[in-house]
Amino acid sequence: MKKEINFTLNGNPVKIEVMPNEKLLDVLRDRLGVKSPKHGCGRGECGACSVLLNGKSIRSCITLAIEVDGQEITTLEGLEKNGMTELQKSFLQHNSFQCGFCAPGMTITATELLNKNPHPDEEEVREAIAGNLCRCTGYQNIIDAILDVSKKE
Amino acid sequence: MERELKYVGKRAVRIDGLEKITGAAKYTDDLDFGPSMLYVAVLESPYAHAIIKNIDTTEAEKMPGVRAVLSGKDFPEKFGLYLKDNSIFPADRVRYIGQQVAAVVAETPAQAEAAVKKIKVDYEPLPVLQNPLDAIKPDAPLIHPDLGKYEVVPWLYPQPGTNIAHVRKIRKGDVDKAFKEAEYVLEDWYHVPHVVHAPIETHISVALYSYDGRLTLWNSTQSPHTQRNIIAHSLKIPHKNVRVIASYVGGGFGGKAGISMEVIAAVAAMKVPGHPVKLRWTRKQEFQNSSQRQELYAHIKMGVNKEGKIIALKHELFWDVGASAEYGSNVVNATGFSATGPYYIPNVYIDSFAIYTNRPPCGAYRGFGYSEFHFGLESHIDRMAKIIGMDPVEFRRKNAIQRGQPVAYGVEMNPTGILECIDKVAEKIEWGKENKSPDPTKVRAKGFAAVWKAPAMPPNESSAAFLKFSEDGSINLLVSGMELGQGFLTAMAKIAAEELSLPLEKIRVELPDTDRNPYEWQTVASHVTWSCGNAVRRAAIDARNQILDTVSRAYHIDKANLYLEDGKVKCYTDPEFELPFEKFVIDGIEMPDGTYRGGPIMGHGMFMPEFTSAKVNPETGLGGHPNVHYTTGAGAVEIEIDKETGRIRVLKMAEAFDAGKAINPDLVEGQIVGGFVQGLGTALWEEVKFDENGRILNPNFTDYKIPTALDVPRDMNPIIVEVAQPDGPFGARGIAEHTMIPVMPAVANAVENALGIRIKDVPITPEKILNALREKGQENGN
Ligand code: FES
Ligand code: FES
Repeated sequence: MKKEINFTLNGNPVKIEVMPNEKLLDVLRDRLGVKSPKHGCGRGECGACSVLLNGKSIRSCITLAIEVDGQEITTLEGLEKNGMTELQKSFLQHNSFQCGFCAPGMTITATELLNKNPHPDEEEVREAIAGNLCRCTGYQNIIDAILDVSKKE
Repeated sequence: MERELKYVGKRAVRIDGLEKITGAAKYTDDLDFGPSMLYVAVLESPYAHAIIKNIDTTEAEKMPGVRAVLSGKDFPEKFGLYLKDNSIFPADRVRYIGQQVAAVVAETPAQAEAAVKKIKVDYEPLPVLQNPLDAIKPDAPLIHPDLGKYEVVPWLYPQPGTNIAHVRKIRKGDVDKAFKEAEYVLEDWYHVPHVVHAPIETHISVALYSYDGRLTLWNSTQSPHTQRNIIAHSLKIPHKNVRVIASYVGGGFGGKAGISMEVIAAVAAMKVPGHPVKLRWTRKQEFQNSSQRQELYAHIKMGVNKEGKIIALKHELFWDVGASAEYGSNVVNATGFSATGPYYIPNVYIDSFAIYTNRPPCGAYRGFGYSEFHFGLESHIDRMAKIIGMDPVEFRRKNAIQRGQPVAYGVEMNPTGILECIDKVAEKIEWGKENKSPDPTKVRAKGFAAVWKAPAMPPNESSAAFLKFSEDGSINLLVSGMELGQGFLTAMAKIAAEELSLPLEKIRVELPDTDRNPYEWQTVASHVTWSCGNAVRRAAIDARNQILDTVSRAYHIDKANLYLEDGKVKCYTDPEFELPFEKFVIDGIEMPDGTYRGGPIMGHGMFMPEFTSAKVNPETGLGGHPNVHYTTGAGAVEIEIDKETGRIRVLKMAEAFDAGKAINPDLVEGQIVGGFVQGLGTALWEEVKFDENGRILNPNFTDYKIPTALDVPRDMNPIIVEVAQPDGPFGARGIAEHTMIPVMPAVANAVENALGIRIKDVPITPEKILNALREKGQENGN
């Protein structure tokens, strides 16, 4: 019942056999060793597992691996291929995260936002990251860091 | 003369920041264990209370991929932190829905799950108790008939033959007399339901048992050494053979303190030597089988004299600790000692009961019970202020406890910046200034609360630190406090940096590994900055002394004339003298005759608060010194309520805490904001709901809502106050949990100020607001 799929992962071609019910998150983490997307709920509710599918953020815990056949997947590992992004540098300077568990998912979502809308206002930032739960920070330092990037250039 | 501080108190990028932001930080589930890994699945009790008549695992054992099946037959041991009332697997009865009854170890998670379904258990259902006020009744069915037989620390008092796991009493002065003398007396009930920690990372444990009897665990934990101790003790394995390795923790909040599901992984591993086994909770299991926050029914009677002084407080706390009080009994204990709040009150009567029910075990939760009792107390304070016609902020100022005044159990209050906290919050929130909503259907108002909290710890808690230099003059600092996000690693690095005058880049602080890092009791109670900080400071001073000794011996310079600066040894009397650490901290100093002086510099330090004692009179709570000190603070909110929908939005918050000395000011501010928002969740939305059988109805983030980026105030104002703690490192004391405590009462007080209705039961939902408005309307005859 296994099916071979081909997709681009962080710019590199991947060929792998998957079961039809295998979740993308599990394939990325357990079979391909890409550990930045995290398992927080497994139900699409927390955003910790967010990755980019052709540039659009999705929840990899509720996405079947077979669905990404022929598509392009980007995780944090891909975003920082050429060094930390401006957004990551800003997160660092703002001490944006505490436990850090939500950071990869949050970074994916914020990256998507800044790609679509390079100069969002505060409410647009809040709106964009509202699906990424963070239990530690109260979000303020995350939002400030994103807004800082949006003010640059 | 005060030395000018170079690192402590200065803003800095947190030292774990880079790892976390790049995704390089490893959490337990990110570790690779290779193809020999096996997976554990757990059979959960479908009953909240039942006798286990028989467990039949024969069919499960025959399922594909199954390597072992475990139940209470194999591991009947009890475990627990303070009261050993918890079972690895219950042999005779289940006490809550979701409790682990048996487990399967198999080659894949799916095989383990499939086999679990084949285990057959015969249950005989028993009456289910879900309300502590019912469970405390003399004729209530017993949840722990063997309560008298459990091992327990000497300062907890289980009451065999009842459902009371512990009662802490305070009797100071004469409350009955004082109530008679009081000008004003107010009495009422308050209720706080169960909530969950909801860390984004669920509990996870990987365990490996080898044939030589060594058990290694990789846990997401706040308590590596305490877990080692409990496992070694319960399973009768020598401590030296148990090793707990902690990766980064994806949120703890008390839920990963002590031990829970890790014991299942440990015993599962013992059945399959040589194979690592993994157990990871699903989000649902995280709700029903890690630990929750206690539910509280509080009864408060307060007496105030003509001058506006609180002269009497009777505070009865009925805590639902769930099916096990192994940890929660100490929440009940700690709050029993402190339920006066941050006020000086001459006559005090407190009863704090730990009551078993058939709900999931409850334990440590950020605030350790203080959030729950402050909800009632600080609501009551506001109401009392209204009755006596005094401004509630003024009323708090007037009664706030000051340094040297006795707390309820008689010990003198430590130095405190409570008045400064109150004043700064009042100023920031513009207390007294009205702010009208532009929208006529909405009302705005402010609410205030003052709080305190002491670390709740056994009197012999301790911390240790070990610091070793390397050839290049850099150090590895080994401690076993846990980085939970609060900034522990950065704080410890700064303390060492300050004492050794060594730049932060030269210091690496390691996460705990019980084989390598020295002892730490646990990362709980907001006490590691203080306790472990003291140990680190001593280790650094020890290393500094070794450095100065070596240099003094080699160069014949009086030690008193030597000092450290920027990673070098310098001399007051000889400005030319300069010896960088890397020249000698490992290899020593060469003498003219070719011999060497010195050798590897290794500092060690430990700390135990030797002045504390839990030996008190059980009937009065007096005579001991149960707490090390209190951190005080205040918080206020400005809210806007939609009168038509009952919806509340918090527009602005200000919170101030007396950190003694903020080692990491920006991270302290981060704690205040984060703690406030966690508190906001409990004030407005969060509540674990149960059906009549004791089943949780909302074990997920859709039905149990935690705050998102849209839900939080746009204007958040964290304020740091610094009145030094004399025995803290550079004057520091903890603040991390405290930040959550003012929120529930501050919001409730704001609601009353807005609409004239008093909500005595959180969360304050739109439904409760609308119902209260309707009732008020009926009372007023319209
Ligand atoms: S793990 Fe995918 S949304 Fe929570
Ligand atoms: S930093 Fe802990 S969940 Fe966001």
